[in-house]
Amino acid sequence: MDGAAVLDAIRQRADVVETHAHRGDATVVVTRDALPRVLALCRDAPALAFDMLMDLTAVDYLKYPGREDGPRFEVVYHLYSLVHNHRVRIKTRVDEDDAVVPSAVGLWPSANWFEREVWDMFGVRFSGHPNLMRLLLYEEFVGHPLRKDYPIDRRQPLIGPAQ
Amino acid sequence: MGIGSFFTSKLDEAIGWARKYSIFQYPFVTACCGMEYMATACSHYDIDRFGAGLPRFSPRQADVLFVVGTISHKMAPVLKRVYDQMTEPKWVVAFGVCTCTGGFYNNYATVQGIDTIIPVDVYIPGCPPRPESVIDGLMKLQDKIATQTQRY
Amino acid sequence: MAETTRREFMLGEGSGTGSGSQNLHVGMGPAHPAMHGIIRITTELDGETIVKADVEIGYLHRAFEKDCEEGGYNNAIPYTDRLNYVSPLINNFGYCAAIEKLLGIDVTERCKYIRVIMSEISRICDHLTCIGASAMELGAFTVFLYMIKAREFLWELVEDVTGARLTISYGRVGGVKADLPDGFSAKTTKAFKETREVLDEVHRLLTGNRIFLDRMVGLGALSREETIAYAITGPLLRAVGVPYDVRRAQPYDVYDRLEFEIPTQKDGDNFARYLVRMAEMEQSMRIVEQALARIPGGAINVDAAGRPIDPAAYVDLGKQGKTEGLLLVPITLSPNLQGQQRAALERVNVHDKRVVLPSKETTYGSIEGLMNHFMLIMEGSGIRPPLGEAYAAVEGANGELGFYVVSDGTDRPYRVRCRPPCLPPMAALSRMIEGGMVADLIPTFGSVNMIGGELDR
Ligand code: SF4
Repeated sequence: MDGAAVLDAIRQRADVVETHAHRGDATVVVTRDALPRVLALCRDAPALAFDMLMDLTAVDYLKYPGREDGPRFEVVYHLYSLVHNHRVRIKTRVDEDDAVVPSAVGLWPSANWFEREVWDMFGVRFSGHPNLMRLLLYEEFVGHPLRKDYPIDRRQPLIGPAQ
Repeated sequence: MGIGSFFTSKLDEAIGWARKYSIFQYPFVTACCGMEYMATACSHYDIDRFGAGLPRFSPRQADVLFVVGTISHKMAPVLKRVYDQMTEPKWVVAFGVCTCTGGFYNNYATVQGIDTIIPVDVYIPGCPPRPESVIDGLMKLQDKIATQTQRY
Repeated sequence: MAETTRREFMLGEGSGTGSGSQNLHVGMGPAHPAMHGIIRITTELDGETIVKADVEIGYLHRAFEKDCEEGGYNNAIPYTDRLNYVSPLINNFGYCAAIEKLLGIDVTERCKYIRVIMSEISRICDHLTCIGASAMELGAFTVFLYMIKAREFLWELVEDVTGARLTISYGRVGGVKADLPDGFSAKTTKAFKETREVLDEVHRLLTGNRIFLDRMVGLGALSREETIAYAITGPLLRAVGVPYDVRRAQPYDVYDRLEFEIPTQKDGDNFARYLVRMAEMEQSMRIVEQALARIPGGAINVDAAGRPIDPAAYVDLGKQGKTEGLLLVPITLSPNLQGQQRAALERVNVHDKRVVLPSKETTYGSIEGLMNHFMLIMEGSGIRPPLGEAYAAVEGANGELGFYVVSDGTDRPYRVRCRPPCLPPMAALSRMIEGGMVADLIPTFGSVNMIGGELDR
């Protein structure tokens, strides 16, 4: 299926906020409540059959022009189907004070580490995750470095001077 | 100069000479520099010629700690621990600019030079240093070993 | 130790030991001699069998994604070198592909061929290192020496083209740094001949070797379903019989015009991964040979007939206002800038002033060129893709290497996300080693080919 057909198939069967295909990347934005259903649909509907969660990440829109007041985080799923050789990007938006997204570990085990990384870097939590610990940094680390308001040179050394 | 001090300085020299050709290194390899370290250690550049060909994979049996690659704050306590486990006499080589100063990783994750945690004897800059400069650094270390006051 | 306590300790009997035998917790890493890479594996052993394993990563986290946000688009290229530092060229091109997609530009024909050629050379280097290092950890030190020898031949090629051995920073948004040097194809032929000899030798040393087989066959296997569910790509996926390869499934550059096979195996164990990698190297060489035969534009020859002058004199003339005809004079560049003459750069770079730096001749020789250069380098100008996002994937040595870039319209990327090919297999590593012997952890870990820079970023 090409991108437009994928978008159609998802739009028919689920509530979506918006879709676009900027530069040929089929993209669906859904609400957080609809997310588990949409993801399950993507994996299980035979016409879609997205059997791989290629990537899961987040973007902090705190300083993005025109989005300063909107929901701060966007969690981004990149799905790929081995059967049909097509891709889709699913996004959902959450606010800073309610940064929780349902976990996708039950659908794809690959979500496990990706979600831990998003928690580590952005501080977005995933409800239902079996072991939501920091993946790359250490537990003593305070804050989430990929947030736009974390200065790049704020060091938190375990030993040695902080400089 | 009394005969005694003449004798100890000659002994120092002899020990220095022996030590400089029996470098047992512990490669603490973390990152990209490790690739260049491999290249230097293998047949093409052959650091065996300097008596430094044999890595010991236990810090307790090694004399020279080669810190090869970026040290992150998460890794820093491990490096310190390895250094503390080495027995005297011991030397440290900072291999690559990341270990010397943090390199171009000036950010929250990276230690800005391992000399903030452990003492360093020889710095080999480069990102990564070419095998030729590694060999140069190694020879500098040999000079240092040979000429310093020996403790035994 | 007193007799009773020793008995208690060894057999787990008597008071103070709880009941029955207890499992032993053994931690490996992060600085473990038998593992090339810094991760920490905490295992729970029953005798020698791993009952449970927990993998911890992040010891090489260097804030790649944050660093990218701090500079212009081209400034991130040196950081991408250091993701998968065994095959940095592929990372460069993957990143450039994402930005180009965001900009909506298409690189030149010759550039596409160059990218293919250099990517495949990188892929061979990566596989050589992977097999060499994991064989060394099994005791086959000779293989390691041979493989590094072969890699050295290829690195010399890479150095010829890029000026560096490892951290090459050769990709540019909209093209590459320089054209291929003279005589590249002859050198490649020679290097490949030597590499093939080495591979032949390694085949004879390893593929039928009883010790090697005992350590590899049937170990570390992952089922087809699990491999897919964990989103594992690359040689590990092909080792379970799924012929997924970005180069074939969603071709980029000129891969759709070249002939190559995608080697697959069935068993998904360490040995299958080894065989896939060995076969892929041969395919990569095939690709390079075809690409070199078909690459358009021919060799570079800026001949001396047009009065070449050195850059300093060039600048002087420009300063004195003697710019007449200056644009027509080819410049002599130092050997490490070979392939950066105007003619060469025009062949390999997109003709788009918003993206690509002008050649040295144009910069020094004309006011337009100087302005253009200035505009691209100056803070706040530079490459400014329109608002939007793009994901581009290339086939890295370990699997799908994707870059997801978000632009906010300024000259700095708003967000750069790298989908690291070796993170999913590492997430599945505990599944691969649980139930096996503790000694088998080493070859399994080797076959995953974990690269710290890419895993932890
Ligand atoms: S000095 Fe350069 S090559 Fe060496 S570890 Fe640091 S970034 Fe990598």
